[in-house]
Amino acid sequence: MIPAAFDYHKATSVAEAVGLLKEHGMDAKILAGGHSLIPAMKLRLNQPELLIDISGIADLKGIKDEGRKLVIGAACTHGAIASSAEVNKDAPILAITAKTIGDIQIRNKGTIGGSIAHADPAADWPAALIAADATIEVLGGGGSRTIAATDFFTGIYDTALEEDEVIIAIHVPKVSSTFTSAYAKFFQPASRFAIVGCAVVMEMKDNYCVSARVAFTGVSDMAFFDEKVSSALAGKSLNDETIAAAAAQAAQGVDTLGDHFASEEYREHLAKVYAERAIREAIA
Amino acid sequence: MTKMIGKSVKRVEDKRFITGKGQYTDDIILPNMTYAQFVRSPYAHAKVLGVDTSEALAHPGVVAVYTGADFAEINGVPCGWQVDFKNGDTMKEPKHPLIVVDKARHAGDAVAIVIAESREAARDAADLVDVDYEELEAVVDPKKAAEEGAPLVHDDVPNNICFDWELGNPKEEVDAAIAAASHVTTLEFANQRVAPNAIEPRSYIGDYDSTNDKYTLYTSTQNPHLIRLLMCAFVLGIPEHKVRIVSKDVGGGFGSKIFHYTEEALVTYISKQLGRPVKWTAERSEAFLTDAHGRDHVSKAEMGFDAEGKITGLRIKTYASMGGYLSTFAPAVPTYLHGTLLQGVYTTPKIHIDVVATFTHTSAVDAYRGAGRPEATYLLERLMDTAALEMEMDPAELRFKNFIPAFNGIDEPGYATNVALQYDSGNYAPVLERALEMTGYKDFRKEQAEARANGKLLGIGFSTYIEACGIAPSAVVGALGARAGLFEVSQVRVHPTGKVSVFTGAHSHGQGHETTFAQVVADKFGIPMEDVDIVHGDSDTVAFGMGTYGSRSLAVGGSALVKSIEKIIDKGTKIAAHKLEAAEEDLEFAEGKWTVKGTDKSIGFADISLTAYVPHDYPAGLEPGLDFSSFYDPANFTYPFGAHIAIVEVDKDTGKVSLKRFIAVDDVGNVINPMIVDGQIHGGVVQGIGQALLEHAFYDEDGQLVTGSYMDYAMPRADDVPMIETDRTTTPCPHNPLGVKGAGEAGAIGSTPAVVNAVMDALAPYGIKNLSMPLTSESVWRAMKG
Repeated sequence: MIPAAFDYHKATSVAEAVGLLKEHGMDAKILAGGHSLIPAMKLRLNQPELLIDISGIADLKGIKDEGRKLVIGAACTHGAIASSAEVNKDAPILAITAKTIGDIQIRNKGTIGGSIAHADPAADWPAALIAADATIEVLGGGGSRTIAATDFFTGIYDTALEEDEVIIAIHVPKVSSTFTSAYAKFFQPASRFAIVGCAVVMEMKDNYCVSARVAFTGVSDMAFFDEKVSSALAGKSLNDETIAAAAAQAAQGVDTLGDHFASEEYREHLAKVYAERAIREAIA
Repeated sequence: MTKMIGKSVKRVEDKRFITGKGQYTDDIILPNMTYAQFVRSPYAHAKVLGVDTSEALAHPGVVAVYTGADFAEINGVPCGWQVDFKNGDTMKEPKHPLIVVDKARHAGDAVAIVIAESREAARDAADLVDVDYEELEAVVDPKKAAEEGAPLVHDDVPNNICFDWELGNPKEEVDAAIAAASHVTTLEFANQRVAPNAIEPRSYIGDYDSTNDKYTLYTSTQNPHLIRLLMCAFVLGIPEHKVRIVSKDVGGGFGSKIFHYTEEALVTYISKQLGRPVKWTAERSEAFLTDAHGRDHVSKAEMGFDAEGKITGLRIKTYASMGGYLSTFAPAVPTYLHGTLLQGVYTTPKIHIDVVATFTHTSAVDAYRGAGRPEATYLLERLMDTAALEMEMDPAELRFKNFIPAFNGIDEPGYATNVALQYDSGNYAPVLERALEMTGYKDFRKEQAEARANGKLLGIGFSTYIEACGIAPSAVVGALGARAGLFEVSQVRVHPTGKVSVFTGAHSHGQGHETTFAQVVADKFGIPMEDVDIVHGDSDTVAFGMGTYGSRSLAVGGSALVKSIEKIIDKGTKIAAHKLEAAEEDLEFAEGKWTVKGTDKSIGFADISLTAYVPHDYPAGLEPGLDFSSFYDPANFTYPFGAHIAIVEVDKDTGKVSLKRFIAVDDVGNVINPMIVDGQIHGGVVQGIGQALLEHAFYDEDGQLVTGSYMDYAMPRADDVPMIETDRTTTPCPHNPLGVKGAGEAGAIGSTPAVVNAVMDALAPYGIKNLSMPLTSESVWRAMKG
């Protein structure tokens, strides 16, 4: 488990990191928590020539309340997000999801920005960010821009990031106490990544669902917003029948993944089961 | 200090382990050391047409690169157990070369070895070795391997059959018993291959000292002296007295570190070639590909019953994989460690087993926690619960009906089985009675009925196992094909000040011998445990030993220890008699001193040891010193037994199995340290649960190990397992001085069928009777779906 030789640079600002990315292109990789990158390097699946360490950049770490949204620094660890009072109150789907990632050691090192940049199709964050209707703020050679979480994930280990762009922060709309959230996950027994992860954020008036955002991870080669389930919930009084009817629409028309642990057929089935579980948990 | 035997003393070795101060092989750094990296075949079966090492040799820091041709004149690693074909022919024993010469026979087979100044340089250069392969078709299933036309692993082994073998009553008698049975339960399944997953990967350093023409091999082995014997006498042809084996701290083995591996011989040999130490430590991925795996049987099992539910006959046919090459004890596992256990705890009058051992394009298969006995127990216990279901009998009642009646092996004889063994002592009903009581069995069945009425799938499963430990009487295993004796050795050295060093041939790689053995010594001598040091794992200090496996350390090594302790006390009594001016028979030794019976005249342990080394006033004709060695060859195996009960719930929607409770009542004979025994049971139970529900070293049809990392190989985690509820009964072993039977494997033997039986009980409403392990969520869901 020895990686190929590489150079290491500890960046002191995002601008510096962007400059290095621009200079080195594909040969450079951003290092934050290292929990996806380092194992890949040790297995020599990834052999960057330069690591640009952004973990020391203070600007990337805080969680800020900007009125209508929370701005979560890209280098915030899963653990910091799970235990943040602001996130638990104003964007609870993120805190709920963070608590299911890996184990304590991983949550204390791995970062949200690192995870979404890596874009593992079975990672937990993508479903939560899509359900939360978050946007991703990035900075690159071409300046700063934001990308909707729904558009960010483009394939297996693939995102809308340009080669020289660094994730700066995740912007998450704050939700009021009329919103309810849940993340239900059927995990792969070895890696504990999601075979199916379903994130649900709904605005409720008693039993009536005003609006709903349902998103999946693990089911296909990238996380996705499930339009059909979401619209089947919105504008309905939620009861056994309406919940089951909505869940039955889960992951329709999606190219489902199949592997040693879960065939395509089983994943499709689990998507329905976990949609129902997430919805029920949200309103429990 | 009075009674140390039976006390839950905290493990003395844990301080260094927990604080990271253990000294494992990879922690050892020798001056001028080089590092080895293997180039391993990516194919399960491929001709090696050429190996170009020129680019690797030119890489900075590379010292040497060797290929198979460099070792063509050297023997392969030997097999330590010979099983003959039914027709009397010797088993097929193809050469297991140190490095592949003609073709690779499993993914991970070594094709070249790179030696460099650093691990990094060795790793980088390994990528530069250019191997020209011609990929060939592979076979990975032990039964399919024997079919006509299957790809051959070794060209000179027809149908890939290493040997065939049978044991038990005459086949026609068993056939007749089953034909006449009023009910026959039949099951066909695989006992899937699992990877051993010791936390410390294998690690070796060869260090040749040209000044003294002496080799040192630092090795993460369970078995230092046997490795020396095999490597010196059978592989490298170097004099045994010129080799020192050091295996101090070893991080787990579960069987996989018993065997002599090619890499041990290579680092030793190359160290002499280069005149420098050579270190190799397996990467985790290499461990998955090259450690000897466990299990991998495909069996058909049939059990006949009379109308009352008494077992009338048992017939087994098993195909067992040997992997690509024969590992050290591989042939013994599906035969003499498996077929011999098919009596179980039942009075089955007719038993026959037929085994076909085959080569497949996979990593070698050898002993893994339990070694054959879990596979036998799995057959029996799955049959029992399935038969109970089919005959509409209670599975616990069915067992009570068939248990062998109690016998203590002292004034009642041992129990002679139909499959070559003589059980030492046993009392099988009380363990199940106690387990049922702990479970609250009657209430459980009510709870289950209610759960079913509410659409919940709750199930209970049983396993009443027996195993054979304390391997073994040398004459017996010799007759069965072992190419080694299986005695054990101890040396007890009392220093002048009364402090004690014990040298044991048993080997601790997590079992806690430094505590348990010290407890025995402290108890017998009546001295503080702190005054006792246990030394193992160094062939220059420990006279000889057969290592640790098969739950043998205390039963065999502990017995050897007691023999030396007794010799010390006998000699001490002679010295004490002289000093106290009394007759030896008038002395008694207790609490660390010799006392003239009925008087207050006494002399302490340290006074006697000092006298032994300063023999000024000393018995005439008696040798000075207080230091004895003993060899102990057991009279029989030991036979621990127990009852395990699992309660599970199956998620109707997903098929996911949750283990709700696990009850283990074991009888391991007398217990020296209850805490350590509990720990062994807990660890074993969890390992068995892992096999039932999670673990699978899964090769696809091309011979690629799909589950070759922890991203894919599912090990049980703490939250997969409930609190394990344990209790014990005590039926002492009648033939060893401590009355101990061994506890290392019991958990792994009993637990697996209990869990699978529980899942089948939960699924009974669906009419599902048989699923292959591991019981993954998808496989259970598919079965429910029909």
